[in-house]
Amino acid sequence: MSKDYEAIYADDRWSPVFGKLSWDVIPYYEPILLATFIAVVIGGGALVGFITYKKAWSYLWTEWLTSIDHKKIGIMYIILGLVMLIRGFADAILMRVHQSMTSSGGEGFLDAHHYDQIFTAHGMIMIFFVAMPFVTGLMNYVTPLQIGARDVAFPFLNNFSFWMTVGGAILVNISLFIGEFGQTGWLAYPPLSGIQFSPSVGVDYYIWALQIAGIGTTLSGINLLVTIVKMRAPGMTYMKLPVFTWTALSTNVLIVASFPVLTAVLGLLTLDRYFGTHFFTNDLGGNAMLYINLIWIWGHPEVYILILPLFGVFSEVVAVHCRKQIFGYDSMVYAIVVIMILSYIVWLHHFFTMGSGASVNAFFGITTMIISIPTGAKIFNWLFTMYKGRITYELPMMWTIAFIITFVIGGMTGVLLAVPPADFVLHNSLFLIAHFHNVIIGGVVFGIFAGINFWFPKAFGYRLDKFWGQVSFWGWVIGFYLAFMPLYALGLMGVTRRLSEFPDTTLSGYFNTASIGAVFITVGIIAFFIQLYVSYQKREELRDDNGDTWNGDGRTLEWSTSSPPPQYNFAFTPRVHNFDTWWDMKQHGYKRPTDGFKAIHMPKNTGAGIIIAMLSTIMAFALIWHIWWLAGASFFAVIMASIIHTFNYDREYYIPAEEVEATEAERTKQLANGGLT
Amino acid sequence: MSTNNLTVEQVDDSPMFHMEEEPHHAPGTLLGFWIYLMSDCLIFAILFATRAVLAPNYAGAPLPIEVFDIPLILVSTFCLLFSSITYGFAVLQMQMNKLDGTLLWLGVTWLLGATFIGIELYEFSHLIHVGASPQSSASWSSFFALVGTHGLHVFFGLVWMIVLIVQAKKYGLTVANQRRLFCLSMFWHFLDLIWIGVFSMVYLTGVV
Repeated sequence: MSKDYEAIYADDRWSPVFGKLSWDVIPYYEPILLATFIAVVIGGGALVGFITYKKAWSYLWTEWLTSIDHKKIGIMYIILGLVMLIRGFADAILMRVHQSMTSSGGEGFLDAHHYDQIFTAHGMIMIFFVAMPFVTGLMNYVTPLQIGARDVAFPFLNNFSFWMTVGGAILVNISLFIGEFGQTGWLAYPPLSGIQFSPSVGVDYYIWALQIAGIGTTLSGINLLVTIVKMRAPGMTYMKLPVFTWTALSTNVLIVASFPVLTAVLGLLTLDRYFGTHFFTNDLGGNAMLYINLIWIWGHPEVYILILPLFGVFSEVVAVHCRKQIFGYDSMVYAIVVIMILSYIVWLHHFFTMGSGASVNAFFGITTMIISIPTGAKIFNWLFTMYKGRITYELPMMWTIAFIITFVIGGMTGVLLAVPPADFVLHNSLFLIAHFHNVIIGGVVFGIFAGINFWFPKAFGYRLDKFWGQVSFWGWVIGFYLAFMPLYALGLMGVTRRLSEFPDTTLSGYFNTASIGAVFITVGIIAFFIQLYVSYQKREELRDDNGDTWNGDGRTLEWSTSSPPPQYNFAFTPRVHNFDTWWDMKQHGYKRPTDGFKAIHMPKNTGAGIIIAMLSTIMAFALIWHIWWLAGASFFAVIMASIIHTFNYDREYYIPAEEVEATEAERTKQLANGGLT
Repeated sequence: MSTNNLTVEQVDDSPMFHMEEEPHHAPGTLLGFWIYLMSDCLIFAILFATRAVLAPNYAGAPLPIEVFDIPLILVSTFCLLFSSITYGFAVLQMQMNKLDGTLLWLGVTWLLGATFIGIELYEFSHLIHVGASPQSSASWSSFFALVGTHGLHVFFGLVWMIVLIVQAKKYGLTVANQRRLFCLSMFWHFLDLIWIGVFSMVYLTGVV
């Protein structure tokens, strides 16, 4: 087990052809990784075999991989999120089990070197490759439908952004089997992440995975921002945007105005590691505090990037499942915008203990506490929407109620942490870990499941099975409380984060309870996949012919389309008079037009996105392993492929009026089948 | 869109819920590119901030006042500023739909930009030669990061300009090509603005 990690990655191993790659960097001596590798090979082989057997490669390529349809890209983002959730959760299970074993005096099964990689990978994957794809996927799918648009502003860019995110995820997963991952924690603070203390490739995997995915995120932020600003249906003024679209707008403003900071600061760390500069080193004038400030100037807006769209999801869910207009629409919008702005002036609360002085700490402590005011306003808005509403306890509504309760607890512990003197006690303790899992699981994850259950019928034309959905729900909710409430207690008793062992056996009860919680969450995750499978099997029974899935209670424009919506979304662009557009239309007895269709202008699919993104991924891999010739060649290929793509002027086509008419006639028939007109 | 809005709201008895004719959305490319420039501006903001924090950390490396060749930098500064003007001339020619004039001014702009890059490369090699290398101190690291990132942008601007010159020659000043030339124009002026910041904050304050 105890390999000489320094020697494997030493400079004298470098060769011009393979860079730092050698057989030694493949961790076949780690039984856990070996088993994982075999499982991945078998699973991946089975998948490839299945696709080949079904002769589905060309279907996959033309209909999905090269698709610029925002709906398909949205679905692919969600699939990416699900795959990476399994990876990130496996890391969580390893940590929980290991801590349980060591807390009762055992040896555990992970050495410290491996444990450090696991908590780094867990944090980084869960934020960048689980939460972000889920959020971006939901925004991609729903936003154009809610604003009555046919696609996003830059459809090619949308495809490219997605594949860049996939490229980053591929790099993180490669690090499992070739080389190792960072051992620095998910934000890679220097000087630990500098070349002196992390001489191997782990931090390089971290950096390049984030840079590749970060480009995708920034571009998709610009894309959705322009989409919402420029492509709203006529009559949809800003105060008539659905709440989810409002949150998407704010989130994308945050993305565009914060991800470049991450790009820049990781770029500087890269220079330190590759060129021997001194931005964050201990010697020759470097300043590690600078890194920590800069990374949190990105990092704090990032947590609002994650949560805001889910606030939007809950707003839609509550209004539909209570058959009521959202309470206090205007205050909801103002609260979103205030949160968006405040999220930029609180970053220092992540490092009160670093000695910025009492006045600075007080300023950031107060701004942090102020954020709880608009957030509280939103909670009350949801509660007042439920008050005297006709609540239907469908799955999305159950997730919403669990969210309101759980998130309030997380919010209160957040306010505790915002008090600088308290933070000096709680900083870097398990109390902090419990707090942010409380808001991220209780807010983001619950919101994602609410959103998936809410819009799945829209995307696939059939509802998700309720029984397995409830199993999944209770698994997650019970599991969350069992897994993280003990961590609050442990944190208050002084257990710090990122420890592979805490050899005080009197505390083992808390650690074991947390592990039981992780088992419940496992049940929740497995039940979710069973839910997908069972729903697919029962799809005829669960079919949604109406399109207005939830008992015809839909309020916003996506519910006016068929499930799944046609490629062009709307045969005629809607005309908006109220922020609950579809509800308004139903109230006025709107009749769906059945003739007079016109040809529809649509963008064409292109393979350029996936090609350029995969070339970028190869370049990143070459840079990680110092294979300079390959890095140069693939960089040149990226530039050339991009230039060649710009010589393609033929990017749009018309769906002929007859085809639109045929699709709409099919829809009329479907509605008649469902007993509707 | 807003005038349209009023007329429809007035007929409140039978509100119209869809458009018979496809509404025209103003293309979002210029807005999108502008937002991209602002995100790029944020990268520069971080590099400026880094420079401001680390500039005094010389750690024994040469001081700027000992090694900066201000007259030379002034020459390169004017190359870049004039290239912005000549790009403006190219856009004027483009709006008059004159291909030859557009290409001529783009060519002049390219030469000025290339001169700027040439002088910058010379300056870098000189600085490294006298011991003010990126590795010598945090101060010089921050100098090379900021000035180098700007130079890299100018370099890619030059590559982009060649591509657009070829495309304009091959396909003419089509709507798509005009839009592209306009995006590059915004990019080019933006780099000019950044350079004014670099010249004032890095070079001038370095020698006072």
